[in-house]
Amino acid sequence: MNKKTTQIKIDKEKCKGCLLCLKVCPKQNVLERSKDLNKRGAQFIVIKHADECTGCALCAIMCPDCAIEIEENK
Amino acid sequence: MNKKFTKPKSMKDVTTHYCSGCGHGIIHRLICEVIDELDVRENTVAIAPVGCAVLAYDYWDFDTMEAAHGRTPAVATAVKRVLPDRLVFTYQGDGDLAAIGTAEIIHAGNRGENFSVIFVNNGVYGMTGGQMAPTTLLGQTTATSQFTRRAEKEGFPLKILEMMAILPGVVYLERTSLYSIKEILQTKKAIKKAFQSQLDKKGFSMVEVISPCPTYWGLSPVKAMERIEKEVVKEYPLGVVKELAG
Repeated sequence: MNKKTTQIKIDKEKCKGCLLCLKVCPKQNVLERSKDLNKRGAQFIVIKHADECTGCALCAIMCPDCAIEIEENK
Repeated sequence: MNKKFTKPKSMKDVTTHYCSGCGHGIIHRLICEVIDELDVRENTVAIAPVGCAVLAYDYWDFDTMEAAHGRTPAVATAVKRVLPDRLVFTYQGDGDLAAIGTAEIIHAGNRGENFSVIFVNNGVYGMTGGQMAPTTLLGQTTATSQFTRRAEKEGFPLKILEMMAILPGVVYLERTSLYSIKEILQTKKAIKKAFQSQLDKKGFSMVEVISPCPTYWGLSPVKAMERIEKEVVKEYPLGVVKELAG
């Protein structure tokens, strides 16, 4: 019941599509570039495989725009 | 759900005007995290430069002033002398600190003023269109060095930290970067150490952060980080340049 789960949240309007988060993700399969554009015209980041995310938060540490938030259910 | 990683409280919930992949966003956040951890938000005065970070007061939720180009250390000197119990730091780019503000920074260090400097070195003038800065690498093409920077015409890259190290009033100098998670965490540690040494009334401290400027380097954000790792840190070696004990 008390299984630890993490949830990654992306603010798509803050994302500028620099893709630095994709580079640092150890799983390389959690995030991907969207085909849509946000209001500033950037191809923002979306979640591809949420279940593979370990919640290490490396993407959030790298993000220059505070667009990624990690929530944890202990 | 607990928030494991979220925006620091000292940072306003706005989208910055910086380009995609710019290092300023990371450094802004690291400074806010350190201020939250030291719990000095109500007691902090930041001095913003002229340059890309001129609008830093729109992003930081603590007292921030704006100084004339390069005169940031002079304003910080005044603030720290009038309000000695505040945490005072300046945030300067390389065009601001290493070009027009060289006199101010060297004399502030020589007087041993008790404030901290965050020096963001990206090797170009970002705000005005990517012109050559004193810190531009040899062989780098910029808007005002179209045939690359040559030592015989434009001189050598200016190493401010090594110049400051000989001044007796300077207590802590470290050069860090942002190209990997390890380096980002090291940058945060260095900023915390600089702020702590100021709170301990030790004297002048400065952290130089080698930051990317993907727009004026003509590279993608990922390639710009790779350039720092492969080229820029060879010219500007990372690590502690000076640390006085006690």
